Amino acid sequence: MSKVNDIQTMNAIKWPYPVQYGKTHEIECDVLCLGGGVGGCYAAMAADDAGVKVVVVDEGPIIRSGSAGTGFDHWHSVATNPCSKVTPAELTEIYRTPRGWFHGPFSVSHVRFIEAMESWDCLLTAEKIGVPIRDYDDHFKDSIWRDDKTKLMFAYDVDKNHCIRFKRGAIFKPQLKVELDRRGIEQYEYVCATSLLTEDGKQGGRVIGATGVSIRTGEFYVFKAKTVILGMGQPTQNWKFHTELNGSASGFFDPNWTGDGAYMALKAGAKMMNMEQNDTFTEPGGGFRRPMYGVGDVHNTWYGAIIVDANGKAVPYVDAEGNEIPPDEYERLYHGGWTYEHGDDLRLTPRLAEGLKTGEWVLPLYADLTQMDPLERDALWGIMVGNEGKTNYPVLKMYNKYGFDPSKDMLEVVTRNNLEDYGLPEAWWELETWERWRSPSCGCLQFVDWNLRTSLEGLYAIGFGIGTNMAAGACTTGRYAARNAAKYSMNVDAVPVDQAQVEAEKNRVYKFAQRTEGMGWKECRAGMARVMQDYCSVTKGEAVFNKGLTWLDTIEANELNTLYARNPHELVRCIETENMLLVDRAILEASKARKHSNPWLSFYRVDYPEMPEEKDYTYSMTHMEGDKWVVEEIPLRWYLQGPYADNYEDNYDACSAIDDED
Amino acid sequence: MSEKTFAEPVLVPNQMTPNNAVEFNEEICNGCNKCIDYCRVDALMPNPIEGKPPILLYPDECWFAGCCAGACPHPGAVVMNQPMNQRVGWKRKETGEYFRVGMEDHPEPCEMFYA
Repeated sequence: MSKVNDIQTMNAIKWPYPVQYGKTHEIECDVLCLGGGVGGCYAAMAADDAGVKVVVVDEGPIIRSGSAGTGFDHWHSVATNPCSKVTPAELTEIYRTPRGWFHGPFSVSHVRFIEAMESWDCLLTAEKIGVPIRDYDDHFKDSIWRDDKTKLMFAYDVDKNHCIRFKRGAIFKPQLKVELDRRGIEQYEYVCATSLLTEDGKQGGRVIGATGVSIRTGEFYVFKAKTVILGMGQPTQNWKFHTELNGSASGFFDPNWTGDGAYMALKAGAKMMNMEQNDTFTEPGGGFRRPMYGVGDVHNTWYGAIIVDANGKAVPYVDAEGNEIPPDEYERLYHGGWTYEHGDDLRLTPRLAEGLKTGEWVLPLYADLTQMDPLERDALWGIMVGNEGKTNYPVLKMYNKYGFDPSKDMLEVVTRNNLEDYGLPEAWWELETWERWRSPSCGCLQFVDWNLRTSLEGLYAIGFGIGTNMAAGACTTGRYAARNAAKYSMNVDAVPVDQAQVEAEKNRVYKFAQRTEGMGWKECRAGMARVMQDYCSVTKGEAVFNKGLTWLDTIEANELNTLYARNPHELVRCIETENMLLVDRAILEASKARKHSNPWLSFYRVDYPEMPEEKDYTYSMTHMEGDKWVVEEIPLRWYLQGPYADNYEDNYDACSAIDDED
Repeated sequence: MSEKTFAEPVLVPNQMTPNNAVEFNEEICNGCNKCIDYCRVDALMPNPIEGKPPILLYPDECWFAGCCAGACPHPGAVVMNQPMNQRVGWKRKETGEYFRVGMEDHPEPCEMFYA
């Protein structure tokens, strides 16, 4: 330890919580939900409805935990709402189109169909527990995207009406917490799940529970369950390490998404899909930019914003055919900037790049919300930007505190580096970042069947971790998986846990707190992130992957072997760090196995540049046998091939366990 | 050179980050610790002195979601700060004035819509 650290340690004070490393709590239940985000909460409610005992475990406070815990501005896939003009099957197919959604042909369509079938029902549940899903006060009565009869408000594709705007998505999670408490559902907060327990302790066996460690007291938890639902998100931090200086640009998704769920599933022998897929789309990876959604933009949440140059001159939008839209036709912008068939069919004129050079437009650019129709402005700034993920406090309220008034002020648009290098208008798409800092996108997914069961008996998975879409995807799959898990749990006996497996896990997790010096978890994470940036990011190829694996070997044998924790909080961070290393390995092993390039996976190998035809696309399937890695391939449409029916509806009817709900 | 006195030089670590992602006003905060149980990453710790504000122990882990500040029952007791490199600006259209997050001399807040 450095002398400077010694100086700081001299002033250390006693840990505020009573620490009892190793003290073990045993909890029994029928259905165990690991992760208490919106998906975990919906799973818990559905299991409770089915009459089985359910327990929820979360590393954070359930009132705000998970990626949608601080809010969201719209709710996807509401194909069965009264105003929808698209069926669940049609919407599922639209999601597969090249610009329908970023997953394209790799869209996990059986999961997306389940989402489209139940999204509206989940919204009605939300309404029942006090979440405002409609324009009750008629504020948007005259808006083109509001239905007068149902008072529902639609976003993006307002021709088909399958995406619903929320007025106050930021209160959704607190309402769910109230409901869980009202039902008396047992919840374990600030407990980090660390491993899955399997029958006889065998890898690949039936999952019969999980272990956890309290981030406050260091106490150990053994959850004995007939069935387990994994709702712990995706591994999102393997390429990134943040400090306080990144501010609210530090990541869009839950910071607790360190890949513990992926680690636990892999260790237990579960199969995971497309571990090698990663790109920059789903998360503003590096966190080297501005508060998310907090500068002027034209995409996504910012559709309809009017962009002007330094002199107030508008930069026109163009439609899908490239025709510029004159300002007096700007209503078209509000009429859904984005239809799933056409993707972003409204964007700024590509003449902007040249125009900035010739002086036609002058930097800097601003988003001029003052020019907007007042109702549209309320929607864009108040509903959408104001509740988009975690924007409610760091953008809406903070800017307000410093006097920002969307009816008077023009918010700056921050351009990115050299415009010519990147091409416009994507150049200043605020959420993009350097390629090296990546997220799994639609990769690193748990493989699940039509029951949303993983490849292991007793283990189900939900949410982002299986390729669904935001809050609606998490809630729909949560309740669907829970119905099946509850049904399964009613037909099986509880199995005693294997004590040797529990002891081995205790030895694994507590070793960090039994060391008094060595490396801190932050340095180790930053170092591991650099390995992934260098050896599994932009430049891909066999030699590069092997170098990455060599680096992981040496980190495991050296730095990771000295990782130490001075309190339960650091202990959990150390455990997560060790978990990340295994997930890194899985990513590199799956990368090695894919011997071609594929733009949908942002996967470009220098040694295998060939791109297969779409008919030959496959998912990779990665799992562990002992310490060995096995990577297989399966066809993209496996869920519509034998033993399954060849259409979504029949499979859904056979597997949705709807009959058991009553 | 001014006649003002100098502070005693001390041997002290100069930390890289500001450690004030979340800031407490001791005059208003009564140490109820509600904010601690809203923090998603458990970055806040109870103060060993009862009634005093929590300690932001792990600012590097802050997600800057403002859950703590949003939960606080005592307005002004806790605020979230963006680090300076994350403070965004805007131009008042009518006057051309430029304001930004973090300025002391800023316009009065307007009424918020569905905050």
